[in-house]
Amino acid sequence: MKRLILAIALLATLPAAAQDLLVRNATVHTAGAAGTLKNHDVLAQGGVVRAVGPGLAAPAGVTVVDAKGRPLTPGLFGGLTGLGIEEVSGEPSTVDGGLALGAMQPAHEGSSWRPEFDVDVAFNPHSAAIGVNRVEGITFTVLAPSALPGGSFVAGQGSAVLLDGRYDAALPGTRSLFVNLGSDSSPLSGGSRAGQWMLLEQAVTEARSGTSDGLLTRAGRAAVAKYLGGGRVVFHVDRAADIRQVLAFAKKNGMAPVIVGGAESWRVAAELKAANAVVLVDALANLPGNFDGLGSSLETAARLHRAGVRVGFSQRGDATHNARKQRQLAGNAVAHGLPWDAALAGLTSVPAQAFGLQQRGRIEVGQRADLVLWSGDPLEVSTFAEQVWFEGKPASMRSRQTELRDRYLAPAGALPRAYPGG
Amino acid sequence: MHPRFRASLLATALLALPALSPAAAPSFPSTYQPVASGPVLITDATVLTGDGRRLEGADVLMQGGKVAAVGTDLQAEGATVVDGRGKWVTPGIIDVHSHLGVYPAPGALAHQDGNEMTAPVTAQVWAEHAVWPQDPGFAAALAGGVTSMMILPGSANLIGGRGVVLKNVPAVTMQEMKFPGAPHSVKMACGENPKRVYGGRGQSPMTRMGNLAGYRAAFIEAQKYRQAWDKYEASQRSEGRKKKGAGNGEPPARDLRLDTLAGVLRGEISVQIHCYRADEMALMMDLAKEFDFRIAAFHHGVEAYKLADRMAEEGICGALWADWWGFKMEAYDGIQENIALVDRPKNSCAIVHSDSSEGIQRLNQEAAKVMGRGERLGLSLPPEHAIRWLTSNAAKAIGVDGVTGTLAEGKMADVVLWNGNPFSVYALAEKVYVDGALLYDRKDPARQPVSDFMLGQEVSP
Repeated sequence: MKRLILAIALLATLPAAAQDLLVRNATVHTAGAAGTLKNHDVLAQGGVVRAVGPGLAAPAGVTVVDAKGRPLTPGLFGGLTGLGIEEVSGEPSTVDGGLALGAMQPAHEGSSWRPEFDVDVAFNPHSAAIGVNRVEGITFTVLAPSALPGGSFVAGQGSAVLLDGRYDAALPGTRSLFVNLGSDSSPLSGGSRAGQWMLLEQAVTEARSGTSDGLLTRAGRAAVAKYLGGGRVVFHVDRAADIRQVLAFAKKNGMAPVIVGGAESWRVAAELKAANAVVLVDALANLPGNFDGLGSSLETAARLHRAGVRVGFSQRGDATHNARKQRQLAGNAVAHGLPWDAALAGLTSVPAQAFGLQQRGRIEVGQRADLVLWSGDPLEVSTFAEQVWFEGKPASMRSRQTELRDRYLAPAGALPRAYPGG
Repeated sequence: MHPRFRASLLATALLALPALSPAAAPSFPSTYQPVASGPVLITDATVLTGDGRRLEGADVLMQGGKVAAVGTDLQAEGATVVDGRGKWVTPGIIDVHSHLGVYPAPGALAHQDGNEMTAPVTAQVWAEHAVWPQDPGFAAALAGGVTSMMILPGSANLIGGRGVVLKNVPAVTMQEMKFPGAPHSVKMACGENPKRVYGGRGQSPMTRMGNLAGYRAAFIEAQKYRQAWDKYEASQRSEGRKKKGAGNGEPPARDLRLDTLAGVLRGEISVQIHCYRADEMALMMDLAKEFDFRIAAFHHGVEAYKLADRMAEEGICGALWADWWGFKMEAYDGIQENIALVDRPKNSCAIVHSDSSEGIQRLNQEAAKVMGRGERLGLSLPPEHAIRWLTSNAAKAIGVDGVTGTLAEGKMADVVLWNGNPFSVYALAEKVYVDGALLYDRKDPARQPVSDFMLGQEVSP
């Protein structure tokens, strides 16, 4: 409790609009080429890291925070989630993550293939789920549309978003197309994964030719066309054989593939390396959820890393509310052979680069100062974020959950707990 | 454990008599046999006994499948000596909420055996009749130090059926895993799931009102059924005193559904209730009073922190997650301090459970989350205390605390040797003993079980 009060007191002393920050005496995990720097300071001005070094001078007016040797990391990646587009998963009125025109009543006329669907415009920065994860050091996520019955396995588009509460949170240049493959998507491709490739080829043909064979709207053809020749396409895929098909398809169509799930990706690590693909794994998933994942292993991240493949983390189920669990994935990957620095990179610089964020994901001069000060090893489950900064500005370390906690932590008073101070 | 369960366990053991009541005759009995093992002496380890003690530089001796001694400078002739320096020893982890075997991996359509969603009260079905022993999740849980678990039916129904306690040993049949002497449980469910499943079909329950009406109707029936059997048995006994071989009255018609519920009313079957919201848990406490049964544990209870004092007062355990929340309305108020706050009152019974084939593999990590959050609030949650959430408290909730859950002498030698402090993301179980037998060794592939399902999947052409 004492520590908590200190943290609140610290926050209260900061000018509301402070953007200039000097964190002193931190163990700086840069997630970049410099690795880990002990007893280093980080200076941020105008929202950008200006200097990293020992014993930096404090410019006038800068807020100084003494890290006392504790770890400082870049803000963490929450994985592919529905943060801001999904409040309560089981309550449809609060979920905007997927399009299912084919499930509409009365029946929708026309194709339910709408790759032009872009979830960014549904983003709500005030979602309680964002605050809950922000106070745990999650500073950015990628909005991943869901493939729903009555929709398409080409789920649509989404961008990386900054979780500091701003309305226009989508980060420029990060928009991606999401394609869900494998047995989970078979019901959306006529009952066969081969149908997925047939339909994808048709979509590409329509996009290239500009004429419809009944699958895509004009906007849909334009949307797909943007990803031909250098676009970033995220493929949810597990089976090794399917991953090879993805790599061939992406190469043929000039797409930069990001593999998500990748249960059997370690079997085709050399091909992934050759294709310069990034793989986002769920490092806790070692049981076959279906027959696509018979090769699931706790060592997938380590094996990919050894083969030179860039590895990041993303969760399979309940990813939105549990985005804060990302660092547990990284910690477990370390327990099963992934070097610690690579695990931290998988939470920061690897996903940032994979989604086109050149100025986030590392603590280096010129990077945006999205920072987290930790109570201890950031990959350990018993530690927590002491303070989060976005572009040098301190975030509130309160969330709906800290409010609930504190309401019931206090002894009952004369008034019911529903009263402030009750 | 409630004294009534304990009494009934004893009664079941003693009752080799002809069927007094339908529940007394054990059906599908355990055929569990411990794997043969010689004595094992783990030396010089940090030992968490499970009953609140932490011993440094201590030895643990397992002999004849039991914990023979815990202390220093133990000697045992012929024992396999395991160097425990730098390592930690705990009782085997117990998960009180698992669907391994009934919702196995892979999640094939053919494997959906956990919810008999045909009526809101299906107390007649038993999870043990659907456990697939080849679920690879059992071996994965063993590698996480889990030596016992309760397999429950799902939560689609108000009263979903009986749960079974298993020992986590590779086997061909469920009976070979069945924990000898452990009482059955009944799985009940509050809130959204039953009313969604049946309300969606235009049936009752469609509302939380319907939920309560459903439990009450079922227990009113069970009371009558129990009375009929009690009357019959009493008449048999009094006839029997008059003359041998007598007892001409016809027994009441046997009903599997009501057998289970009458077993609850007799205190022979532990009550495990899936219930998220504090207000609903309070209703279930009153329901239990109305029908005079005890609730062993509320499961999931994401709002248990709002009711922690009452749960402790009434001796109800809280089997909870460290941090899951938000997936439905009744899980919206989850907080990461839930278990720490449920643990806070005197006589509390906090448990870390999984309800997940992933979570069961790392209950130690889930507990570590709670410790970190609790200590941040100024609560003292050292490892010797926290281990109880995974061992002795869990054993109590499922009625096996007399025989496992701590390293007390004479208990089953269900023991885990960890590569360090288990409450860390980097901790790994190195050796796992069940009844003294080494059934998992991280460093020895010959001691790592592979289920029939997984066998050969890795074979290359």
